[in-house]
Amino acid sequence: MTLDDAQHFVRDPDWTWYILGYFFFAGLTGGSYLLASMLRLFGKPEDEPAARIGYYVSFVALLPCPVLLTLDLGQPLRFWHMLVNTTPGNLGLNFKYWSPMSVGAWALTIFGAFATWSFVEAWTLDRERRFFPRLGKLVSFAGAPLGLFVAGYTGVLLSVSNQPVWSDTWTLGGLFLASGLSGSAALMGWLVRFRREASPSVGALALGERWFQILELALIVAFVVTLFPTGALERAFGPPWFALWAAALIGLFSGLLSGSTRASISPDGTVAVRAVHAASTLPTTLVLAGIIALRAAIIFSAQ
Amino acid sequence: MEITPGTAYGFFTDTSVCIGCKACEVACKSWNLLEGNPPAFGDGYDNTGRLDAQNWRAVQFHDNVPDNPAVTGQGKAWLMMSDVCKHCQHASCMEVCPTNAIIRTEFDSVFIQPDVCNGCRNCISACPYGVIEQDEHSRVAQKCTLCYDRLQGGMEPACAKACPTQSIQFGPLDELRERASRRLDTLHAQGVPQAQLYGHDDSVYGGLNAFFLLMDEPEKYRLPDAANAVLPSRHNKRGYLTTLATAALAVLGGLIALRRRRARDDDS
Repeated sequence: MTLDDAQHFVRDPDWTWYILGYFFFAGLTGGSYLLASMLRLFGKPEDEPAARIGYYVSFVALLPCPVLLTLDLGQPLRFWHMLVNTTPGNLGLNFKYWSPMSVGAWALTIFGAFATWSFVEAWTLDRERRFFPRLGKLVSFAGAPLGLFVAGYTGVLLSVSNQPVWSDTWTLGGLFLASGLSGSAALMGWLVRFRREASPSVGALALGERWFQILELALIVAFVVTLFPTGALERAFGPPWFALWAAALIGLFSGLLSGSTRASISPDGTVAVRAVHAASTLPTTLVLAGIIALRAAIIFSAQ
Repeated sequence: MEITPGTAYGFFTDTSVCIGCKACEVACKSWNLLEGNPPAFGDGYDNTGRLDAQNWRAVQFHDNVPDNPAVTGQGKAWLMMSDVCKHCQHASCMEVCPTNAIIRTEFDSVFIQPDVCNGCRNCISACPYGVIEQDEHSRVAQKCTLCYDRLQGGMEPACAKACPTQSIQFGPLDELRERASRRLDTLHAQGVPQAQLYGHDDSVYGGLNAFFLLMDEPEKYRLPDAANAVLPSRHNKRGYLTTLATAALAVLGGLIALRRRRARDDDS
């Protein structure tokens, strides 16, 4: 450490595998919900089958989230203390807008209700039954910002600490959000292959995935730039963590540079996408593995 | 000394008279029923290591003995400091705690309620002094309580009671600050210019209820200097704004993708 480096004398919180798992699934559940809602709200009627895939993904990815968070607690049976203040003489609800963990606990709880509603709705509609037809788009509209928050706040939570690496940058919220969205788009694009009527949405998902990956790449660059003056670069990228960063970049570039999502701009300005990506399992696997590796590199290198 | 609820109490730890006897550690462990440390022999005399769930006082030993024995140590040959929770006025641990388990007591100390804490460990990642650790038995965060139970009974904390050199002094904060200021003047008059106070004013976390007289720069004692003594919440605004900007760009990109696509699914 040089005199100009940021000084850190903090102890490690031992946030390890459960938290890594939660951060991964939080990115997927929130990202998938947003994409599904965009397809439903701003897409064409033929995008509805793909939107329902998104709601299924969101719900399935949501299920492990509270389990992982609870298992990570020292006292798992007190998980509800996140929401309720049990201090004698001061009983009531806990909400600290300046503590991302407090805000996140509420956001996950409320988002869970939206994701569950949308899942049940998609399930019901797929069986050609009516399910509160006037509420569907309203729930999607209200739940989408919550999905964005759940996908991204985990990065802010890390930054709002005094840990080296995490607190040396302010880019983690955006970075986790962008990577969560790219993973969600990749996963939804892959799942579309199992539902033919959802194929009209493949192009939009592939284009979206590429855009989210460009955002993710830009935020990785910003992450490096912000760490540079604090002297934390070696800690974040040195051995053995460079292997995880390599995996993260392989996942990123497998989507960006591979032939899986070939786009071309036609003279009238529209974009044509040859979405062979939807049929390819390997790039999707690499993208998802890269998302885990990115989070693992950031979580573990700081502790 | 009469201990009155509603008055701010704390420690003034004068490292210039610490002899490293560890009586404070023993007294702390004895009163608070903390586990003893197994024998350990490392490179120096510091066999406690650092503060943790079972060590709420830890005497740091810093060996600065000069290579040339003709040179005097000038009070810095051995630096010893009985480290402890600082009971910060602007406490990082309190700031991030989602369960409100960490409270400020009627004696102005920072206390973790063991029956409210759920072991999320957010406070551990926030404390800039590395004070808090999750106990492996109780599975909740633990640290110095400023002997909350003793204060409620009108007794001073065990470590201050046991300290044989008055290196650890307990009392009302106003009194301690005056005493520290006089001690600093004395040391400077005696030709010890490196002596300095840490945490006696609001330059570090709004003031520390457990503050120190140091014989070297703060970072030598694993204490962040004033420029680095920052609260976790400093990243709230920038962190959320970055997330918001990313979200806006992501939604914009998604809308463009939906609008401009002309999908030709050659999957089939």
